[in-house]
Amino acid sequence: MGHTETIDPNKPLEYQTEKSRLNILGFWIFLGAEVALFATLFATYFVLTGRLADGPGPGELFEIKGVLIETFILLTSSFTCGIAIHEMRRGSKKGLMIWFGLTLLLGLGFLYFEIEEFIHYVHEGATIQTSAYWSSFFTLLGTHGAHVSLGIGWMIMILIQVARHGLNTTTTRKAFIISLYWHFLDVVWIFIFTGVYLMGMVM
Amino acid sequence: MKLDEFFVTGDPLIYGADVSIILSMIGVVFVLTKYKKWGWLWKEWLTTVDHKKLGIMYILSAVLMLFRGGVDALLMRAQLTMPETEFLDSTHYNEIFTTHGTIMIIFMAMPFLIGLMNVVVPLQIGARDVAYPFLNAVSFWTFFMGAMLFNISFVIGGSPGAGWTSYVPLAGNELSPGPGQNYYLLGLQVAGIGTLLTGINFLVTILKMRAPGMTLMRMPMFTWSSAITCIIIIFAFPVLTVALALMTLDRIFGTHFFTMVDGGMPMLWANLFWLWGHPEVYIVILPAFGIFSEVISTFSRKNLFGYKAMVYSMVIIAALSFVVWVHHFFTMGADASVNSFFSVTTMAISIPTGVKVFNWLFTMYKGRIKINTAMLWSLAFIPNFVIGGVTGVMLAMAAADYQYHNTYFLVAHFHYVLISGTVFACFSGLYYWYPKLFNHKLNETLGKWSFWLFMIGFNVCFFPMYFLGFAGMPRRVHTYAEGSGWFELNAVASVGGVMMGIGFVILVYNIYYSIRYEPRLTTGDPWDARNLEWATPSPVPYYNFAKIPEVRGLDEFWRMKKEGKKDLDLKKDKLEPIHMPDYSGVPVIMSTFLFISGFGLVFEWIWMGVAGAIGVVITMIMRSFDPDEGYHVEVEEIKEIEEHVRREEA
Repeated sequence: MGHTETIDPNKPLEYQTEKSRLNILGFWIFLGAEVALFATLFATYFVLTGRLADGPGPGELFEIKGVLIETFILLTSSFTCGIAIHEMRRGSKKGLMIWFGLTLLLGLGFLYFEIEEFIHYVHEGATIQTSAYWSSFFTLLGTHGAHVSLGIGWMIMILIQVARHGLNTTTTRKAFIISLYWHFLDVVWIFIFTGVYLMGMVM
Repeated sequence: MKLDEFFVTGDPLIYGADVSIILSMIGVVFVLTKYKKWGWLWKEWLTTVDHKKLGIMYILSAVLMLFRGGVDALLMRAQLTMPETEFLDSTHYNEIFTTHGTIMIIFMAMPFLIGLMNVVVPLQIGARDVAYPFLNAVSFWTFFMGAMLFNISFVIGGSPGAGWTSYVPLAGNELSPGPGQNYYLLGLQVAGIGTLLTGINFLVTILKMRAPGMTLMRMPMFTWSSAITCIIIIFAFPVLTVALALMTLDRIFGTHFFTMVDGGMPMLWANLFWLWGHPEVYIVILPAFGIFSEVISTFSRKNLFGYKAMVYSMVIIAALSFVVWVHHFFTMGADASVNSFFSVTTMAISIPTGVKVFNWLFTMYKGRIKINTAMLWSLAFIPNFVIGGVTGVMLAMAAADYQYHNTYFLVAHFHYVLISGTVFACFSGLYYWYPKLFNHKLNETLGKWSFWLFMIGFNVCFFPMYFLGFAGMPRRVHTYAEGSGWFELNAVASVGGVMMGIGFVILVYNIYYSIRYEPRLTTGDPWDARNLEWATPSPVPYYNFAKIPEVRGLDEFWRMKKEGKKDLDLKKDKLEPIHMPDYSGVPVIMSTFLFISGFGLVFEWIWMGVAGAIGVVITMIMRSFDPDEGYHVEVEEIKEIEEHVRREEA
């Protein structure tokens, strides 16, 4: 590194050091790679749509109610996550922790309903091994779900660090980066909601 | 699983490999213990985050992998020299061409170039390290562990044998049972993580850490080529990650992405593989173009001709590289309109590439050309690469490709572009930048011997293969009939292969010889070169630049020399303390857990896969809680170091 550790007080706390600015830019680029990853999974899903073998089809199994609950919970969690960063910029450690805490609970809630939904499909005879379609369905959604789970664990680690050290250039940068990640997962879900569920129910 | 299924048994070649592996491991342990070097190894190398040391380790690993891949190649030549030879059976032959291809592309070409990028890019842009030194170490160790995971396959469990492209259904469970194919999937997966991280790391480094005054259009060409390569990596490697993961799920967890039953689609694999695979060949050729640009400009003592055209042509090549992948399987049933589209895009790539060839030629025009080994490799690149390129355009014509597809014509073509492009560039760059790292040149006499042997051998080996292709010899066959008429050309090719092998051995011997006997340099600029990496003393102090240079145009160092300016005046220049990152043992430990996890999945021991993954997560958490503040090099220490290295130079 070796860049000088000058603090720029005119910027938000998470952008004040050179290291923070580099890390945030690097994370944006990483999200670019994540877009490529999910784009490949979506492409696979669309290519394999309709390849049901003898298994059930999505139109028979999808239920709008559960999906709407999941969507509502996850979109709300993105909102609370945004407020958490807003609180952080106001300098409120407590605000950040409360709203991140809420985000975590909503994230866990989303996972609960998603797992519930998966169990329901398995009982109806649609497992990851049933057909190419269900393989791609469970892999796409499973990858998203795994990202959410990882995000929850990650956010807990950041919360512990914020609790210990308060708001400084390092902790705010870390909190900001996990918030970018969280919003990204929301964006992916919007595509899943439209491309997988709405289209699946129409077909 | 029984022990004789775990270890590969029954082949004297493998037993020989077992013995040599065990002996060399004992040898390493003995030497390290006898000279009490374990602490040194850990403190100076295994935990380093210094881009120059990581670069050296990348290049060293790549040379080792070149040896392994080269032995594979010579075994294949031995088998094919005469018709109806029974030296290797078909299974063994399949495994050898699979590991040869995979190792050369993933574990030799890429790490060699990434190693040179590590060494050179921060120096060329006047930076003290990369943007994320810790991540850089993670990149290296994941690559290294991925390479080791792939390489142990031939003594433990058996090697993959479905080709480096691993088309399904051949690579599926029914036709490739056992752990072999899993090694391919997991080894590439682990190494791919490191490549993606390198892409992000170097892109941010180049975008954000350039010395003041170095605008994008003042960057040295190798830095430009690295930046564009990073962008390709960032968008291509996630596709490989997904493709490998899907096949892993198919093989281990019974999904149906690529299977022949239950709706699976084998062609999906071919598409995903080449959607990464074609950009991948540009990942290994663009940095090579950058190296040739540096070397040709330095030894023609002229600035690079058509700098802007060079940059734009690379951008165009990078964009086109994502829209040509279907040309790898014209014969597999796409309709005429699809084939035509990909045929046209493929041929279009030859335009920007041709622009670059002319620019190199014009750079030399009226230059005062100095011939040495580094320059010879670059000069030889141009005609050989043109042969490879022209035959590439022949292959790009979809209708004609029905004749060439899967013949030795194709084998000759891609070796002509990959060897005369990538391998020549690696050697050229090695000879060129070696003095920067070790403060002595590589011996010129040995260098020229190795160059001529390798270069002539390369043509003797691969030129006949074009004609074997025309004569109808298919690739990936382990033997051929006596009456086929393919014997003579195969025999010639084998002679060339041996010449290349000798050339390689001389190159390695040259490193040993030069360490012992070449005179130490008294200057950091032995080639009278043009870019900032040569402004530093050799070997480079660990913080690179005591004072960050100001850049006023292209070829800044050349300008400084013209004006008689020194890069550093210890009496006048005001120095400031330098902030440096701490070394860390986390990357190597984390990557070891990845290795364990990968090894478990190879044998479908899920408990071991999970245990390794937990280890990875724990080391990541440890890293997150590490304050990682780094340390400051005080002005006094900088002065002391600079006076020391510069006194030796004076």
